[in-house]
Amino acid sequence: MSQAFDAAEQQSRLEERASQALALAAELGADACEVGASVDQGIGVGVRLGETESVELSRDQGIAVTVYVGQRKGNASSSDASDASLRAVVEKAIAIARHTGEDPAAGLADAALMATELPDLDLHHPWALDTDAAIELALRCEQAGRERAGITNSEGASLSSTEAVTVYANSHGFLGSRRGTRHSLSCLLIAGSGERMQRDHDFTTARRASDLASPEQVGISAAERTLRRLDARRPRTGRFPVLFAPEMARGLVGNLLNSIAGGALYRESSFLCDQLGATLFPEWFSLGEHPRERGGLASAAFDGDGVATRDNVFIDQGRLASYMLSAYSARRLGLHTTGNAGGARNVRIQAPTTELAALMRQMGTGVMVTEMMGQGLNPVTGDYSRGAAGFWIENGEISHPVEEFTVAGNLREMFAALQGVGDDIDRRGSVHTGSWLVDGMTLAGQ
Amino acid sequence: MTDMSESALKQASSLLLAPGGLDQASLDAGLGHAMGAGIDYADLFFQRTWHEMWVLEDGEVKDASYSIDGGVGVRALSGEKTGFAYSSQISADALAETGRTASGIARSGSRQAPQAVQAVAASARYAGIDPLSGLSAEDKIAMLKQADRVARAADPAVSQVSASLTGVHEVVLVCASDGTLAADIRPLVRLNVNVIVARDGRRERGSAGGGGRYAMSRLRDAGVATSYAREAVRQALVNLDAVAAPAGQMPVVLGSGWPGILLHEAVGHGLEGDFNRKGSSAFAGRLGEQVASRGVTVVDDATLADCRGSLTIDDEGTPGQYTPLIEDGILTGYMQDKLNARLMGMQPTGNARRESYAHVTMPRMTNTCMLAGNDDPEEIVKSVKRGLYAVSFGGGQVDITSGRFVFSASEAYLIEDGRITAPVKGATLIGNGPEAMSRVSMIGNDMALDTGIGVCGKEGQGVPVGVGQPTLKLDELTVGGTAS
Repeated sequence: MSQAFDAAEQQSRLEERASQALALAAELGADACEVGASVDQGIGVGVRLGETESVELSRDQGIAVTVYVGQRKGNASSSDASDASLRAVVEKAIAIARHTGEDPAAGLADAALMATELPDLDLHHPWALDTDAAIELALRCEQAGRERAGITNSEGASLSSTEAVTVYANSHGFLGSRRGTRHSLSCLLIAGSGERMQRDHDFTTARRASDLASPEQVGISAAERTLRRLDARRPRTGRFPVLFAPEMARGLVGNLLNSIAGGALYRESSFLCDQLGATLFPEWFSLGEHPRERGGLASAAFDGDGVATRDNVFIDQGRLASYMLSAYSARRLGLHTTGNAGGARNVRIQAPTTELAALMRQMGTGVMVTEMMGQGLNPVTGDYSRGAAGFWIENGEISHPVEEFTVAGNLREMFAALQGVGDDIDRRGSVHTGSWLVDGMTLAGQ
Repeated sequence: MTDMSESALKQASSLLLAPGGLDQASLDAGLGHAMGAGIDYADLFFQRTWHEMWVLEDGEVKDASYSIDGGVGVRALSGEKTGFAYSSQISADALAETGRTASGIARSGSRQAPQAVQAVAASARYAGIDPLSGLSAEDKIAMLKQADRVARAADPAVSQVSASLTGVHEVVLVCASDGTLAADIRPLVRLNVNVIVARDGRRERGSAGGGGRYAMSRLRDAGVATSYAREAVRQALVNLDAVAAPAGQMPVVLGSGWPGILLHEAVGHGLEGDFNRKGSSAFAGRLGEQVASRGVTVVDDATLADCRGSLTIDDEGTPGQYTPLIEDGILTGYMQDKLNARLMGMQPTGNARRESYAHVTMPRMTNTCMLAGNDDPEEIVKSVKRGLYAVSFGGGQVDITSGRFVFSASEAYLIEDGRITAPVKGATLIGNGPEAMSRVSMIGNDMALDTGIGVCGKEGQGVPVGVGQPTLKLDELTVGGTAS
């Protein structure tokens, strides 16, 4: 059931499309223009209770055009790839630019900053996988999980494999494109029944199929993660240290990155406005990005402005060393772009790591948080309050599962109260980190 | 069949089918492809959306965007199995290819012929109009500038104002093997104002907004740019004076309107048909049981005129309905799409929704509301010795299996000795759905709908929804602040 997808052909087709859009924009009176175009194709299968539940073939495409008329800007986009539609999109973008107000900061990034070297970052590893084989893998995954005693029900296992091509071009003459793949397998199981019911899941994701965890590993881990939650109690209200499991710690890194992103800063909607150079973390903690890492989940040689990406250090020995800026947000702040249009890429922490068991001993009594719910963050003040579930730690050891409580504090204080980073590094996302031990948070339970 | 459905079908056919040279015979042929061996239901969902957004920052509308998306999604069902494929091209070739792909979900079994289509009769819940036209670009920009002026004039502490105006013109047509043929023209508009205030080294935010399924000109005529700007500033100033929220269990009074997201999270998701068919919801198998305090009646109502979550027809062509979920504390209904209704031996309730043609339908909420009770809202507050009064929320989430839910307050106050006192910083409230519903002890007589701002996410798909409720008292809920 697989559809033919020739990535190289799609890439040259999109590059041609982007060039056409630039030419059209110039012809129709735009002073500058940038174009993003993408196409992706994927297969997704779902199984549940040993049966196929869904088979989905997807193919999405889109083209987005931004034009500048003087210092005025207009955007238009469409999922329609026809010639007529391309013309309509460019015309609409120009029509909008006639109405928007002048913006001194508007415009392309400086031509001198465009990426000139576009190395192959080893991101494209298609998986020759037909529907039957995909279903088979998902079935093996769910089966392995359901075989664990105590698993009573399942929301199933799903496997997806996507291939994507993206192109960015602008009227400086920059044209960059990249192809990439992403394969994922996940499983969500249920244990217990009635009011005692609990769910949890696990997943694996990679650019290369051979880098995925085995289906059985994912299923068994999903089962174990679900079973260990049974008979959770509510912890008592009070001030305790909190050990954020790697997936949760990744969220804290995300909160940090959002707070040093140019858009949040010039809108004054970050608690880290005007804090460049300030000490945020302990001295032993540094954090940066490595956008050109080969095979990285977020690797890219150019950012969303066509600017060459580079290694950035955001936190240097505890201090806020750099903001995360695009060409536009940099102009708004009177600074220079850091090549972060589109965000941070392949974020890594530089800090001594501690064995998880030792981190738990260091904590003594407190809570290990393995799941959080809700939005619960005020980015303007850093005030933090989120629903959580996890495990009560007593004298450095797991005592029992806990749920239905909140962990609250203020990000500024939480960052400063970081006591250690675990060696249990989770490499499944663009941000790699181990657990974080944070002192002095408020738990609200019973 | 009402006139509205007829004109919607005519319009949708000319916008969606005619450009690709499709007619009823092509739809029949498309269904024929999708109704392969072993397939017992198939549907074709055609959609086109025109989306527009204007954004004001620093007193100027410096950014605006326009997008056109569309295509056809083809779904083939066989028992509990779903095959799905879609295409951004609407053509006979695309129908043949996606139809064959979707029907591949079943490999064997008998072939069933689609039933002859018949137009669905449905009462229009909003006018089938293009909400983007009717106001010029200048008028749209003027509305945003008005919001900016009002917000900046409201208080010297205002340091940033951003405002956005969005509109979507959505046209859908559904043709299904059970004989369904239906179309809908869905307008949706919204105006939002966000402000940052700064005073004495403290900074805070406030926001307000709303809209519904009507023309943009109604936003202008209602003067919402002014009222939302004032409301956003008022909320930000309240938060500037907020003290740390308490931590622990206490009585909580929820204001009317938008705090109804409590229902959406604590009850709504758990009553969607798919989770109950699979037995993964905390409410599964509990029809007829008491799951909430006496007096609690919760409905999902797609029929409210011009509301953000309303639907004339759902995305399977079933007319939008008024669906009681909990009546006087007793669980009486689930929200269903055709697949889950059939597998559970129930009727579809008009709750089949999808983010777009490129997504599969699921049972989803429309406008989820608790009906009014008899209590005076002032008496409700007076009855609390020490607790929290929460009037606005950011968002929430639920684990439908354990029933645990959270939602985060963006404006809340302490109640001390029956009086509303100091504003407190936004805190997350956490509870267990069935448990929280059984702790509702007072229900106000002031039922109100939210202003039209909700977006509900499920399995990565976002759809617009509404919520509503009267002032409510829950005897105990956990408040996640930092003060002891």
